[in-house]
Amino acid sequence: MTVLLLALLLVPLALPFAAPPLARRALDRLAPARALWILTGCALALAGSCAAALGALVLTGLLKLPLFAALGELIHPLRTPSDLLVLPAAALATGALALSAGTLGRSALRQFGAFRTARTQAGRRPAAGDLCVVESPHPDAYALPGRPHRIVVTTAMLRSLGAAEREALFAHERAHNRAGHHYFLGVAELAAHCHPALRAVRADIRFAAERAADEDAARAVGDRGLTARAIARAALAGSATPSVRPDFAPAATTGPVPRRVTALLAPGRPRASRGIAVALAVGALLSTGAATTALVGVHHQVEVAQGEEHG
Amino acid sequence: MTDAMDERRPAGELEAAVLAALWAAGAPLTPGQVQGELASGLARTTVTTILTRLYEKGIVDRARQGRGYAYFPVQDAAGLTARRMHTELDRDTDRETVLARFVAQLDPGDEEVLRRLLEADER
Repeated sequence: MTVLLLALLLVPLALPFAAPPLARRALDRLAPARALWILTGCALALAGSCAAALGALVLTGLLKLPLFAALGELIHPLRTPSDLLVLPAAALATGALALSAGTLGRSALRQFGAFRTARTQAGRRPAAGDLCVVESPHPDAYALPGRPHRIVVTTAMLRSLGAAEREALFAHERAHNRAGHHYFLGVAELAAHCHPALRAVRADIRFAAERAADEDAARAVGDRGLTARAIARAALAGSATPSVRPDFAPAATTGPVPRRVTALLAPGRPRASRGIAVALAVGALLSTGAATTALVGVHHQVEVAQGEEHG
Repeated sequence: MTDAMDERRPAGELEAAVLAALWAAGAPLTPGQVQGELASGLARTTVTTILTRLYEKGIVDRARQGRGYAYFPVQDAAGLTARRMHTELDRDTDRETVLARFVAQLDPGDEEVLRRLLEADER
């Protein structure tokens, strides 16, 4: 491994830091459905490259140890820059990879548990079409993927909306199910556990999915103002009941709900810009390119150490 | 939305709309009243057909009222279980990742912004 190779491995670890500001701009400049695709694809590429780069560092570190060098049938020592550089890097990478895998596993278990609970709940009663009503004093509604798709709505939510607003809500949830948004959200969750900078991108992907469903709902009911009112009323009804979750967020920020409502009420869409999509694609390509090149390089070095090739 | 467009909607969506209207009302409704509680211009005969189908599935119950029936959603033991499970879901703050929620928790300050937006839109 040369210093160049080591530097190449650092590229996929550094690039995700550039993603959040670009992702934020993509939300403003692109149609929601397109932003959702681009951001999710980009997050997947960045997360994959990041995991590959960490894996390569871990492997290099392991092969420096006599035991693993023997297991890997190395007849020459693996050529790397100074051990003082490589070993701490490998140790850090091992820690990072273990942490990612740990939090990802825990989140996956929890998500799957929540999903199963929701499915059992929805499957307990015959549904009217795809609607499953839950008796609860808390206004809540969500799309439940699986076969068949369901939309789960609490009685409190149904009571806080007018007839037309309920139709907008149903159209929104059906749009989630039809477009398979849960896959996008799953990728966002995966990416958030691979690199800390991708956590911000997860929030942007969630927002893009909501916006895409809002636009679909507005098209289905043929009224943007109505859809905006439904969202606002549902959110206000939810906040009237005391929140169980502590509010750590600073007061001055604008959360996702007002941004969605504003976007629906805005008369025209901002000028679409292709530049931001290109920038994100270039970042994703750069990251996967660097990771692939570095992996090929590491592989070559290992083969040299195994005496199969000459460096 | 026009009548013609609504009559063409999938039966499942119509059933969902009718059940939602019954739950929202919180009191037994006659087919004519249900028709009034729907945003769509469904024919009364269509509403009656849907209500009968929901009744046959055991999702709604009915009581004699005058010459016809008044319908109301079935609340049963299963509803209680569902309620308990729902509280379990509520506790899971990470839920919104796989289950796309209609509205997220509001940040402080959001409430004020939303009220202003609603007022501006209604004016």
